[in-house]
Amino acid sequence: MWSANTTETRKRVKGRVPVRHSPGARLTWGQAAPPSIWRILLLTLPFVAGCGPAPWNDPYPRGDAEGNTFYTSFEERPKHLDPARSYSSNEYAFLAQIYEPPLQYHLFFRPYRLVPLSAAEVPEPRYFDEDGKPLAKDTPAEAIAYSDYLIQIRPGIRFQPHPAFAQAADASYRYHRLTEGDLAGINRLGDFEEVGTRELTAEDFAHQIKRLAAPWLHSPIAGVMQNYIRGFADLAKQLETQASSDPVARVQALRDASIAGVEVVDPQTLRIRVNGKYPQFAYWLAMPFFAPMPWEAEHFYAQPGMRERNIVLDWYPVGTGPYMLSENNPNLRMVLSRNPNFDWETYPAEGMPGDLEAGRLADAGRPLPLVDSAVFSLEKEDIPRWNKFLQGYYDNSGIASDAFDQAVRLGADGEPILTPEMESKGIELLTAVEPSIFYMGFNMLDPVIGGDSERARLLRRAISIAMDYEEFISIFANGRGLPAQGPIPPGIFGYQEGEAGINPYVYAWRDGRPVRRGIEEARRLMEQAGYPGGRDQETGRSLSINFEAVATGPDDKSRLNWIRKQFAKLGIELVIRSTDYNRFQEKMRNGTGQVFMWGWNADYPDPENFLFLLYGPNGKVEHQGENASNYSNPDFDRLFNVMKYMDDGAERAAVIDQMVEIARRDAPWTWGFNPKSFSLHHQWVHNAVPNQMANNTLKYRRLDPALRERLRVEWNPPVLWPLWSLLGLAVVLILPALWLVRRRERSTAL
Amino acid sequence: MTAYIIRRLLYAIPILIGVNLITFVLFFVLNSPDEMARMHLGEKRVTEEAIAGWKREHGYDKPLLFNASAPGLARLTDTIFFERSVRLFVFDFGSSDDGRDIGHDISQRMWPSLAIAVPVLLVGLAVNISLALFIVLFRATFVDLGSVVVLVAMMSISGLFYIIGGQFLLSKLFHLVPISGYDTGQNAWKFLILPVIVGVIGGIGAGTRWYRTLFLEEVSKDYVRTARAKGLGERRVLFRHVLGNALIPILTGVVVVLPLLFMGSLITESFFGIPGLGSYTIDAINNQDFAIVRAMVFLGAVLYILGLLLTDISYTLVDPRVRLQ
Repeated sequence: MWSANTTETRKRVKGRVPVRHSPGARLTWGQAAPPSIWRILLLTLPFVAGCGPAPWNDPYPRGDAEGNTFYTSFEERPKHLDPARSYSSNEYAFLAQIYEPPLQYHLFFRPYRLVPLSAAEVPEPRYFDEDGKPLAKDTPAEAIAYSDYLIQIRPGIRFQPHPAFAQAADASYRYHRLTEGDLAGINRLGDFEEVGTRELTAEDFAHQIKRLAAPWLHSPIAGVMQNYIRGFADLAKQLETQASSDPVARVQALRDASIAGVEVVDPQTLRIRVNGKYPQFAYWLAMPFFAPMPWEAEHFYAQPGMRERNIVLDWYPVGTGPYMLSENNPNLRMVLSRNPNFDWETYPAEGMPGDLEAGRLADAGRPLPLVDSAVFSLEKEDIPRWNKFLQGYYDNSGIASDAFDQAVRLGADGEPILTPEMESKGIELLTAVEPSIFYMGFNMLDPVIGGDSERARLLRRAISIAMDYEEFISIFANGRGLPAQGPIPPGIFGYQEGEAGINPYVYAWRDGRPVRRGIEEARRLMEQAGYPGGRDQETGRSLSINFEAVATGPDDKSRLNWIRKQFAKLGIELVIRSTDYNRFQEKMRNGTGQVFMWGWNADYPDPENFLFLLYGPNGKVEHQGENASNYSNPDFDRLFNVMKYMDDGAERAAVIDQMVEIARRDAPWTWGFNPKSFSLHHQWVHNAVPNQMANNTLKYRRLDPALRERLRVEWNPPVLWPLWSLLGLAVVLILPALWLVRRRERSTAL
Repeated sequence: MTAYIIRRLLYAIPILIGVNLITFVLFFVLNSPDEMARMHLGEKRVTEEAIAGWKREHGYDKPLLFNASAPGLARLTDTIFFERSVRLFVFDFGSSDDGRDIGHDISQRMWPSLAIAVPVLLVGLAVNISLALFIVLFRATFVDLGSVVVLVAMMSISGLFYIIGGQFLLSKLFHLVPISGYDTGQNAWKFLILPVIVGVIGGIGAGTRWYRTLFLEEVSKDYVRTARAKGLGERRVLFRHVLGNALIPILTGVVVVLPLLFMGSLITESFFGIPGLGSYTIDAINNQDFAIVRAMVFLGAVLYILGLLLTDISYTLVDPRVRLQ
């Protein structure tokens, strides 16, 4: 073994008696070196040569690869690990493994389906009128005063071991009255010697909901929840006026406060009261915002001296999930290890047709998690990340644009397949359309491109045809996307496949597939709009449109040039107004732009989460909402208010169809494309299932560490000839040089 | 000398105020407190109330430089600039905008930066000086000419090329060292080999050429001719006399960068995944975290001033003729 050799070598060198030279002894060139130097060099050779099989370029400590550990990378340091504050996918990669909200998404079912997590079952909302009388399920939304969600907590769930729960013999909390003296020598959470745990209760969920309202936590969903959870806004105001700036007093203020819409019925039951009917509320219950938070943890971290040591709740999560954060160094590495108190969940036994045949249900019924730990290494640059994956040091990877051609090629039917190099390594490719949309929006407040006039509508439709997104996806996204036919991406209720699902204003259905309408048709629309050849027929001037772009690097130039060319097909002069993202957002908020590109990632898999981007009262300029194009159509808005309260079914689908048709006709967006995610994993990783909504999928993964270890050794043999060559080159260069020096020194002037 | 040092330290105060002011103005020209709040609160569903709350909580709800509504001196002191700057002068860096203690972070992250920077500096110095002396030994020959051509070529190549090339050759092709990463304690050495080699090789072009120029200037002086005339060997002349007398300009270049070693390298740390202060600074800029940016610029300025002072002091050590008054 390499490490054994190293040790042996060190011992031998250390064990030698050093040869002392007399001070006056000189070693001249050409004279033999003292025997000790040669011997030491010889003894060091095995170290340099490496007799053992261990790869030299292994970035992990020796022996780690044999453990049941999942290795992956992260690109950006998480900013928040407090579930009340975190709202970012790179943070959810950790949080979702640690915290358990009441619900989760089933690993296999499509369309995405909610199933219980820390709740015993998915709560069915119960509806009431203003007088508190129960209403039937099919009661119209406007007659419903409030909805109750009664959440039964799964019994027996326990929090991870944590010092916040540690108790002394007299049942007092061991670390709840820390002094500066107690904190001497404490620099990280692991320095606390004692840990404890306790069972999860409904109070922990209630405490977390109150935290969402706490003004000092700045929860990103506080604004949304104050519209829905009864008493939420009142609590926020109360906390703002009453709470002290002392962190411990703040925790106590939260414990003492009550929220009208949240009631702890008994230790295992929580009732959340929501204004009116809000079917999407169940999706929020699957997000970390609603994960339970023990007051003990918040109190523990709030004590004086903890913040100075960066031991804060935002940095050290306390959850009930399958993993706990055992090493938190987001500047280098985050390590999740199995929560020893997690023992209730098993691998799903049901899947979609084909899952059983594909072996994805082979672990059905096995206790989760299947992997003992996960090491996330910070890797900011694409090149090292990709190479480490190829060397076997990361178990999975995305595909950077630069590496795309090395990893993927298009098959005969246009489907992406792996290159022979990847196939030879046994790498597997997973693709999935993301519940996201990247669109080109028109500012509907703009007098030229916006508004409800037929002229502007035709102009927008012409541009929609001219923007060749098939080409865009091919050039700038390596084919990783689907041209969008409307605001709803595939996989979300309301999306239609096939001919019925195409946008007829931009596409025609030919030979069983959508074909973008020709540029001649777009030019005809321009003529009808009063811009023949791109000139305003009233003024004779060339039509010039401003495009608001976020351009920060040289790569953006080609993309902007491409967009300019699309508009030039219609004779429109596109003026690119590049700026940074701050200025871009400011223009959007002020409504000073004309055309822009933006995107949206779904919070939850419901059409409401996309259609609200076009809802008038959600306009960005007037209402600071997410409707960046400021589109407002009374028919669309009326249907939206109907659709958002409906349960999925034929009736809701019909309403969505009407809404999509209105939006397609008005064309406030060019619809853009729905990105496709491509991910790769090695052959030793099992149960990798693309699920774009669930973030807590680590617990399902299974590994074959022995195979990984064998292949890592096989793929990374140290190549030593360059070292010997370098040594040889040095000898070849240095000896003549020394000879020259000697000759020069001995030469005479004449 | 004590009076000189005190005077230099007092000079540093207006310089640091100026640096702080320039950083403040540049930062807030590009990032308003509203934009910082949006960045920290996330892009989705951010309300005006949430932005106002964040600004209030972090002290960004005050005027930037001048508070016209405040009485008397508070017009200057009740501002973001004053409140955020005055504590810096007692090295209280405060908290980052996401709530972490900056002083603690700096104390943790300076070690990885030093672990790269110190070996690169020392090995680089040894290599560059040795090569420069070797070239000077063969001055005005084809060895000299060829070396200068190679050195100019090496200094013309981007540092990024050395990094990517080093990663490609040593890690990807030859599998000799990890391509990136870092660890603490005894496990750190295998991650340091590649960045140190790349750092040393990347600095050979400019460094060796600079020292060659210094040594060439020295070898043409009278004392060198005298040393040769009395029969000293060329190696003795170069290593003992020329090197000794060239120490002042060498020290000028070296001592001034010593304190800055703490600050780390932005590109190297990013590519090799080293969690040092260079990547700390670049992350803060990307996250619009003014508290960290301000602290790091201030620290950089302090260290630079300290470096210049150390340089002056070191002159007196290597050249007895120099006296600081």
